Amino acid sequence: MATFKEFRNNVKPNWCPGCGDFSVQAAIQRAAANVGLEPEGLAVISGIGCSGRISGYINSYGFHGIHGRALPIAQGVKMANRDLTVIASGGDGDGFAIGMGHTVHAIRRNINVTYIVMDNQIYGLTKGQTSPRSAAGFKTKSTPAGSIEQAISPMELALTAGATFVAQSFSTDLKDLTALIEAGIKHEGFSLINVFSPCVTYNKVNTYDWFKENLTKLSDIEGYDPSNREAAMQTLMQHSGLVTGLIYQDTERKSYQQLVNGYSETPLSQADLSLDQEYFDKLVTEFM
Amino acid sequence: MINQLSWKVGGQQGEGIESTGEIFSIALNRLGYYLYGYRHFSSRIKGGHTNNKIRVSTTQVRSISDDLDILVAFDQETIDVNYKELHENGVIIADAKFSPKKPEDTQAAMYAVPFTDMATELGTSLMKNMVAIGATSAILDLDIQVFAEVVQEIFGRKGQQVVDKNMEAIKAGYEYTKEQLGGAQTMQLEKADGQKRLFMIGNDAIALGALAGGCRFMAAYPITPASEIMEYLIKKLPALGGTVIQTEDEIAAVTMAIGANYGGVRTITASAGPGLSLKMEAIGLAGITETPVVIVDTQRGGPSTGLPTKQEQSDLMAMIYGTHGEIPKIVMAPSTVQEAFYDAAEAFNLAEEYQCPVILLTDLQLSLGKQTVEPLNYEKVEIRRGKLATEELPEIENKGYFKRYEVTEDGVSPRVIPGMKNGIHHVTGVEHDETGKPSESAANRIAQMDKRLRKVSNLKFDTPIHKYAPHEEADLLIVGFNSTRGTIEEAMGRLEKDGLKVNHAHVRLVHPFPAEEMMQLVQSAKKVAVIENNATGQLANIIKMNVGSHEKIHKILKYDGNPFLPQEVHTKCKELF
Repeated sequence: MATFKEFRNNVKPNWCPGCGDFSVQAAIQRAAANVGLEPEGLAVISGIGCSGRISGYINSYGFHGIHGRALPIAQGVKMANRDLTVIASGGDGDGFAIGMGHTVHAIRRNINVTYIVMDNQIYGLTKGQTSPRSAAGFKTKSTPAGSIEQAISPMELALTAGATFVAQSFSTDLKDLTALIEAGIKHEGFSLINVFSPCVTYNKVNTYDWFKENLTKLSDIEGYDPSNREAAMQTLMQHSGLVTGLIYQDTERKSYQQLVNGYSETPLSQADLSLDQEYFDKLVTEFM
Repeated sequence: MINQLSWKVGGQQGEGIESTGEIFSIALNRLGYYLYGYRHFSSRIKGGHTNNKIRVSTTQVRSISDDLDILVAFDQETIDVNYKELHENGVIIADAKFSPKKPEDTQAAMYAVPFTDMATELGTSLMKNMVAIGATSAILDLDIQVFAEVVQEIFGRKGQQVVDKNMEAIKAGYEYTKEQLGGAQTMQLEKADGQKRLFMIGNDAIALGALAGGCRFMAAYPITPASEIMEYLIKKLPALGGTVIQTEDEIAAVTMAIGANYGGVRTITASAGPGLSLKMEAIGLAGITETPVVIVDTQRGGPSTGLPTKQEQSDLMAMIYGTHGEIPKIVMAPSTVQEAFYDAAEAFNLAEEYQCPVILLTDLQLSLGKQTVEPLNYEKVEIRRGKLATEELPEIENKGYFKRYEVTEDGVSPRVIPGMKNGIHHVTGVEHDETGKPSESAANRIAQMDKRLRKVSNLKFDTPIHKYAPHEEADLLIVGFNSTRGTIEEAMGRLEKDGLKVNHAHVRLVHPFPAEEMMQLVQSAKKVAVIENNATGQLANIIKMNVGSHEKIHKILKYDGNPFLPQEVHTKCKELF
């Protein structure tokens, strides 16, 4: 069985020293080993942005696509090979701005993909513009007078879109984050894990210290029940979304793969590409 | 006796005009006639004039006809809009209900038949279409029993009573009209050969070709005139273990298709101009990541929403050059339904062999026009997967990556799919080295760009141009692509009768452009006429760019939303002399 070290490759990330994404990278590597994967059995599909580079920093199959489209690519990969573990990842701009449409529909489609968002509330790679996760009043190069738009609440949004697995974590909580990614991988259906991953270069508001002060662990809330969707929504609203842990999981609903009519039990990528002549003749006769 | 007939049925959209045409034509196809249909419709569900023009012949026809023999009208608008197409011996059969008025400037005969009233009497006004079919049969002296089988198939699941009622409606229409004719026989079709042939639209053929070509997954977003492809495949793919996902948008459709192809499944997506515009960035991704993907573009009137239900061929340049940057790409343009089948299957081979996006270009007339098709031969369909690794791969030391983008002589690199041991590599839309790792080195950039473009520079492609070039020295070379083929062929015959020596080149591979072959054809003609349904002469410009001879090349363009008629091509070509 592969250890987490086998999920490390020889590529040195181009992230800034102190970037929260390093811990996310480590957590994915550990989670992959912990659930018993081999490197070739994992495909990491990422978007564009600093965090989008993550697919190149893990020793597994990796696909670094175009801005905002990690999710449809990842769903295509999973449909092609249901035996692969597919992780999609990217930043908050990727998932909640340009790719928001895909996020909502991937949630409702419920294909067995784990989506890890590295949420730093800012655009880093383009050198510091506002993000849909930036709080109102947040000053950036593109919002010099402070953002006048409302920040998106991804966890609440996921719940209303019909998510079956919603979790949030903080990049310094390596142990908790690893456990959540493992749970996400094992979840039969789509899992969304939003990770607060501070940008040490451009975001001087939402810093490591700021998160430490403002985050509440769900494990510290007495009697919190992640199977209760209504209570999950209430808790999120009470804490302005600043909670970490497993927020909600529906273990009853079937995944897309389980529901697709006729979907091959073996990976579709191994399907026989030829047709029986008799079957072809039957298809043709329908047009006579 | 006539060996050819042009029949049109028209009315308000949602009135069953389509099913009238459908039942009439399926029955005639089964008798062995060759048919070619074209539907005129609007982007709405109920209301608005719609018509279905069907040409029936004892020999193959691949064009709509210039004129009309029979016009079946469910409203006055149908008469007013279409009567000018009727030739002097033509017949209008109209529903008596709207008290049809025959325009003064036509010599065509008109019979008012109470379609609606007779149908209502038999149970429901819905059957007025059947009465109209009966009336048509009377004019053609056609035995109405030829419709029994089709009516049984369509209405059988609603019970025998419904079947019987519909047959009665046909009979009623037949008898009423016969009586009106009073023994005068207007038209009688020559008997057909009775051979069973297929009757399908281009989109059916593309979907069937995809299945035959090993396609097992589709991601698509509904759009006119492409939706029939996804609708067919969702019916058929489950039996083969695959499926169709209707995505949230066009970008998701193409990127999901790219993901699935990367995952090792032959996957298709299909759309029309607006969708292709949205897919362009992803097409570039497939180009630089060398991921095979087959994308259908069923051209319709552009730009923007344009003329969504009308014929046009204005996406050509966008399909060839679309996406920023430069990538290897193959653009195929089948010209008949039969060819759409073989080309759709072959597109998957080319996509995998050359590891690049393949665009299968059609136009509305080809995608939706229903025509008689000679048998499709499955044995002619090959599955070739190029350099896809099928054997176990050697171990790579020190966590090295598989050289997925190895620089090779032909530019094509070995390909592995996720899940394969020792095949790990990176894939990125960023310029990358041989293992897929991002690289900005100038030398690497040149090596990778050259390698990618080299792949398609020596593309092997069967019949890139359909040539019908009987003359070594021709007065005129007519060039076209997609659905204009039959129209050009017909016009060509008339031009020959006028004493002109005419050659015809129909481009089937539009990119990479078969320049040498076209050059020879252009050089052996005094003049060149390029027939296109667009306003700027895109194919003509491509020929000029690749072949030169600017002074010889004339653009014959039509962009009013309607297909060319043979007579238009004939007249415009003649004007060149």
